[in-house]
Amino acid sequence: MKKHSKFQGTKINPSRFHPSQIRYLIILTPVVLFMLLPLLYIFNHAFKPLEELFYYPPRFIVERPTLANFTRLFQVTGTSGIPMSRYFFNSLIVTALVLVASVLISTMAGYALSKLNFKGKKMMNEVNTLSLMFVGIAVTIPRYLIVERLGLIDNFFVHVLPYLAVPVGLFLIKQFVDQIPNELIDASRVDGANEWQIYTKIILPLIKPAIATIVILSFQTVWNSADTSTTYINNDLLKTFAFYMNTLTANTNGVAGQGMAAAASLIMFLPNLIIFIVMQSKVMDTMAHSGIK
Amino acid sequence: MTEATLTLKKPKSKAIKEKQKIAYLFVFPYVLMFTIFIVIPVIAAILLSFTYFDAVRFPSWIGFENYINIMTNDEVFMQNVIPNTLKYAIIVGPGGYILSFLLAWVLSQLTHKIRTVLALIIYSPSLTSGITMAVLWRVIFAGDNSGYLNSILLSLGLIVEPVIWLQSKDFLLTIMIIVTLWSSMGVGFLAILAGILNVNQELYEAGYIDGIKNKFQEMLYITIPSIKPQMLFGAVMAIVGTFSSSGIGVALSGSNPTPQYAGQLIVNHIEYYGFNKYEMGYAAALSVLLLLIVYLFSRIAFKLFGSKDE
Repeated sequence: MKKHSKFQGTKINPSRFHPSQIRYLIILTPVVLFMLLPLLYIFNHAFKPLEELFYYPPRFIVERPTLANFTRLFQVTGTSGIPMSRYFFNSLIVTALVLVASVLISTMAGYALSKLNFKGKKMMNEVNTLSLMFVGIAVTIPRYLIVERLGLIDNFFVHVLPYLAVPVGLFLIKQFVDQIPNELIDASRVDGANEWQIYTKIILPLIKPAIATIVILSFQTVWNSADTSTTYINNDLLKTFAFYMNTLTANTNGVAGQGMAAAASLIMFLPNLIIFIVMQSKVMDTMAHSGIK
Repeated sequence: MTEATLTLKKPKSKAIKEKQKIAYLFVFPYVLMFTIFIVIPVIAAILLSFTYFDAVRFPSWIGFENYINIMTNDEVFMQNVIPNTLKYAIIVGPGGYILSFLLAWVLSQLTHKIRTVLALIIYSPSLTSGITMAVLWRVIFAGDNSGYLNSILLSLGLIVEPVIWLQSKDFLLTIMIIVTLWSSMGVGFLAILAGILNVNQELYEAGYIDGIKNKFQEMLYITIPSIKPQMLFGAVMAIVGTFSSSGIGVALSGSNPTPQYAGQLIVNHIEYYGFNKYEMGYAAALSVLLLLIVYLFSRIAFKLFGSKDE
């Protein structure tokens, strides 16, 4: 990017620091603190030994960090006698399945919606834009009735199937595929590539940022979701970590439980954060194309 | 010539059909899942909303009775749920949205490194749902003097005895709003930030030549018009996020209905009628109303930022 030195102080995305930016930092400080403090609190609380949890008045910062809360969390078994590791394992499998399957079906659909011609394409695009406004929580009950009819109650796959069609995900993928020049695709058609080869060899490598983005979004939804376990699963062996977390936190009135709950929250939160940090530049790249026109 | 086109025509239309078939294969898995888990539930909700259904016997058709009952007989709905939902939705929805735009705009005035770190901090609460983090807020707002807020206020002498925040008729809704705002700087916020960062720099320079005098005018006349599509995406995400996160009151207070209906939102009302009272038809009518409310909010967003005149 060319430097316009006299413009530096006032332009967006400046390339170097200028004293005029200090006022923005001052505006942001309280907001950033408000966002950050609860997270710091969870972090500190999770590592507090028992006696520090009992301190009165409560102290924010942990003084002698320990992993005791985590070890207790992993040792504790629910009323049903199922070890926590089982829930954790369930969550890992569910999350992995959803990520692979949702990336596959939404990139396939996104490619077709952007680059292939078929009857009903325009309508499908419009329906998908409309369903960006869909609030899943509103139809919990009819969804339950359908899942019941399909015989999916207490079936492990009920954790996976409802999360596969994500309108926001398809929308972002489609917007991103739109950026790929048609000439590129036509050229490989001339070279004799079929649609599947074009999809795997050209489209998928080029839309990696968009894939990273829907991986993050799906991960967040699935990893954090306790709803499916609460609504569709009665068999404790098939429930997920998020569910276990929620029951744990719902029943924590004791101080010792709070430490465990904080440790569990941290385990819930950290994978989200790490994945996002690793992929954040790709996400920003995708978001630049996220506009609804 | 004509002969050639005639002989060419048949295989060509066959090729087109073949291509269509491939395209359908590509969209099929998505369409199937979309139909089962989104389209059919919405249609089912609409149909059920005209029935009496107790989840045991077959639904019986009762026309608009559920809707009439919602409007005329449901005191809780009219006196608590609607005012709560409106207050919550307006502050968290448009309020949170404006906040996310302003934050994104301020962030865009900073250099890359500082901006990335601060944006990450602002975005990170949305990585978890507010509900998952309910434990955290329950400790901060705990009703005895071990709660952080109580302990701070007590030591400052601002209150004489601990306040039972989460069971309080006066505070629950406000706390819900704060918690939701905390975790609402999500995808929409990132989209707006990415949009602002990608505005062509030359537009600004041209704008200053054309007489734009300050940052505010710059935001109003250049930034916002340039990122209308992202603004719309952000708005839709804000609206959907607002209504999707409305289980927070129950998570914080630990009961549905929430104490004295203080934090009762339309989503909780639906679940209460559906899963506690087994009045599925009535719950379905409430669901349809909710979907309509979301749709109306989104229409307004499309009117403001949409490029097509629909």
